Amino acid sequence: MKQKSIIPGFGLSFGITITALSLVVLIPLCSLVVFTSRLSWSEFWYTVTRPRILSGYYVSISTAFTASLVNAGMGLVLAWVLVRYDFPGKRFLDGIIELPFALPTAVAGISLTHMTTTNGWVGRIFYDLFGIRIAYTRLGITIALIFIGIPFVVRSVQPVLEKIDIQYEEAAFILGADRGATFRKVIFPEILPSLISGFTLAFARSIGEYGSVVFIAGNTPYETEIAPLLIMSELQEFDYAAATSIALVMLGIAFVILSVNAFIQSVVSRRVSGLA
Amino acid sequence: MKVEKDKGILKYILILLSFTFLAVFLLLPLFYIVVTALRDGITGYVQAVTDAYAVKAALLTIRATFWAVAVNTVVGVAAAWCVTKFAFKGKKLLSTFIDLPVTVSPIIAGLIYVLTFGRQGDLYQYLDAWGIQIIFAVPGIVLATIFVTFPFISRELIPVLTAQGTDEEEAAALMGAGTFTIFRKVTLPHIKWALLYGVVLCTARAMGEFGAVSVLSGHLRGKTNTLPLYIELLYQGYDFTGAFAASSILVIMAVIVLILRLVLEQKGKKDQERNR
Amino acid sequence: MKAKKVTAALAAAALTVFLLAGCGSGSQGSGSGSEGAASETEAIELTNVSYDPTRELYAAYNAIFEPYYEENFGQKVTVTQSHGGSGKQALEVANGLEADVVTLALEGDVQVVADAGLIDDGFTSEFDLDSSPYTSTIVFLVRSGNPKSIYDWGDLIREDVGVITPNPKTSGGAMWNYLAAWYYFELQGQTEEEILASIRKLYGNVVVLDSGARGATTSFVENKQGDVLLAWENEAFLSLKEYPGEYEIVVPSVSILCQPTVAVVDEVAKKHGTEEVAREYLSYLYSEAAQEIEAQNFYRPSDQEVYGRYVSTEEANTITEVPADGKWIKDSISLTDITHFGGWSEARAKHFSDGAYFDQIYEQ
Repeated sequence: MKQKSIIPGFGLSFGITITALSLVVLIPLCSLVVFTSRLSWSEFWYTVTRPRILSGYYVSISTAFTASLVNAGMGLVLAWVLVRYDFPGKRFLDGIIELPFALPTAVAGISLTHMTTTNGWVGRIFYDLFGIRIAYTRLGITIALIFIGIPFVVRSVQPVLEKIDIQYEEAAFILGADRGATFRKVIFPEILPSLISGFTLAFARSIGEYGSVVFIAGNTPYETEIAPLLIMSELQEFDYAAATSIALVMLGIAFVILSVNAFIQSVVSRRVSGLA
Repeated sequence: MKVEKDKGILKYILILLSFTFLAVFLLLPLFYIVVTALRDGITGYVQAVTDAYAVKAALLTIRATFWAVAVNTVVGVAAAWCVTKFAFKGKKLLSTFIDLPVTVSPIIAGLIYVLTFGRQGDLYQYLDAWGIQIIFAVPGIVLATIFVTFPFISRELIPVLTAQGTDEEEAAALMGAGTFTIFRKVTLPHIKWALLYGVVLCTARAMGEFGAVSVLSGHLRGKTNTLPLYIELLYQGYDFTGAFAASSILVIMAVIVLILRLVLEQKGKKDQERNR
Repeated sequence: MKAKKVTAALAAAALTVFLLAGCGSGSQGSGSGSEGAASETEAIELTNVSYDPTRELYAAYNAIFEPYYEENFGQKVTVTQSHGGSGKQALEVANGLEADVVTLALEGDVQVVADAGLIDDGFTSEFDLDSSPYTSTIVFLVRSGNPKSIYDWGDLIREDVGVITPNPKTSGGAMWNYLAAWYYFELQGQTEEEILASIRKLYGNVVVLDSGARGATTSFVENKQGDVLLAWENEAFLSLKEYPGEYEIVVPSVSILCQPTVAVVDEVAKKHGTEEVAREYLSYLYSEAAQEIEAQNFYRPSDQEVYGRYVSTEEANTITEVPADGKWIKDSISLTDITHFGGWSEARAKHFSDGAYFDQIYEQ
């Protein structure tokens, strides 16, 4: 704990943070390790690499990735529209972005499922016109995850976009860059870190999502069975060690995603400050 | 507002795209909830939302939310202060850990508390001897809610504090101001609006938490059923109207919170402009 | 200087613990009225942890039990209900959910609570008839007019049939469905290998494998998925009642006798001082008044007299509406039970544990 700052309050703030973090997050998380350690290494490896479990990770990760990509694209557009344009209904639009946070995931899951089954408002149209089923397929899972992830990207990009001085763009524009080039060369590099950070958060959150997905997924093994459901199903068999093993793997995935993000952020910020 | 340049047709395409996306993914499910809630007419609706169990569930949700927000505000401010004003070893790790709860599957969040405080865990005998019940009781619900919203406030504060730098605090410290004076007089004015925004976000998310609470609540009707759990209960009891009516309570609470946020933000902007 | 920092950090730590503890106890205030034995004027609280489909049953039963107990024992009692997937509920009780009594979907789930050391041995003989005051069975729910002509288990493996059943890995009750199907194919004289192939076909037809019985019913009834729902008899009748004219019950040639098991959670009841009321709560389930309520909620009563009053006089195996005379029990159906599969622990090991038959049918 070396610190040269003359600002007081390090001990206080550090103490509060570490204690709360330990009590609420770290110590409980250790239980996962404790329970998993009842297995030998080879048992653990067998448990977390059974084909059905692997397919669970795959379903969770692939749908989460697709959903987060959509959210990255749409989140960028939304942030851009909210920051740069004035139009009627703007404040309303801005206000409802957080709705997916506030709406219980189960409620979201139930209403999305109702709407997208082959008899639902939306599902019927897609089924009749294109023969596409939404609910009880991976498409349905992806849609639920898009719903969950919207706020992450928008709220990461928006503040950064707000701070970009419009003068740079004008300068670039005057210097003869067209609009596309201005965006690519001037704006995009500025918001890229926040876009990545929003994407990774949405991604990591979506992988673990349970409440909304379980209703819409259909839960068919190897098809639409998500990893969190597998944890529940191991618990149902009273197999704690297996459940915590899968949980530990998922936690590892989340941690890796966050670390990659942290790494990218530090590289980018170094580059930016290096330029300045 | 921002300088608005004529962006021609692109502007309208983007705005239209944003509206469509949000309409389909956010408003349609919401609309669906309201329509279904009113399927049995207004009397059925009133009956459903004034049911004694519904009221108890709503009160429990409010109570859990209150405590979660209170704890997270204190911890969030401390964490943000600690991470942004001081340099120390392990800072990156600390901030990654702070962010971790967002990405942990709610199922795992619930599971770790069950493992830590449940009868399977080592702590149980001590807690039981003291007559303390954590899981399957209100404290567990509060803990789970704290967990899922843990980083919400610090995440809002960190960018603002980073941007502000440490000069002002250092100056104040040199002039001999104490920790709390510096915080109140120097830091707080900068982060006031971000803090409020974080509180609002945290409140919204805490109200809607389903997965983690579901794992450790025990579903005791009228005692440990939060509003989202109560909704699931009704839904599974063929009472779709009741379920959607109860959902609409949450929707209304969420909308109030989001409106509050808009008002605060507007005030904050005016404040900043005045200070300039 | 450094010491000062450490002291500050420690002080902050203590402060945080205090805050967290404060929130714990503060929020506990009105939440934990169930603790401690109640004085005579106060109502005793009894917690009944049950499984999904019994909500309506216990809502009705509690309404007669509470006045009955007050009248005969001079003590007010209020029952708190908890419902969920049977296995999940068992697990929660084993983990410290303070239930005075459990009323679960199968003996195996009660055994889990017993294995955790909370229920004394011999709980199946504590009350009459293996501690199953009421039973049920598995029947088919099809859409009105039975458009896919589904009459027996054999029809479920036809390619054009979409089946809805919950996942036996997450829903205790769904194990009954699986075992009933197994029994049918066994009676057809199939070898174990052939049965497995048939079961694989059956689950290949499953459109939505919900995590619980109620979820499956919702998928079928509200979201209109699949052609046939394998359901508890009581769930199927409830759907007939809630959605008249939309569904029909088809009673297959054979099925399985589902024996939900009840038990006093001895350790918890001892701690709460509720042993007496808990025991009375469960034994009163066998009284005539309670048996009537069970029959009215479409559970097969164990009291033969009450049972006789509800036996259907109709011949047909298709039921299109709840019989007006209330006689709904199809006595003709041939039922096997869990002993045929060697009891729960054997059935679980052979069919449902990791890598067992149920996992194998999904392996590609």
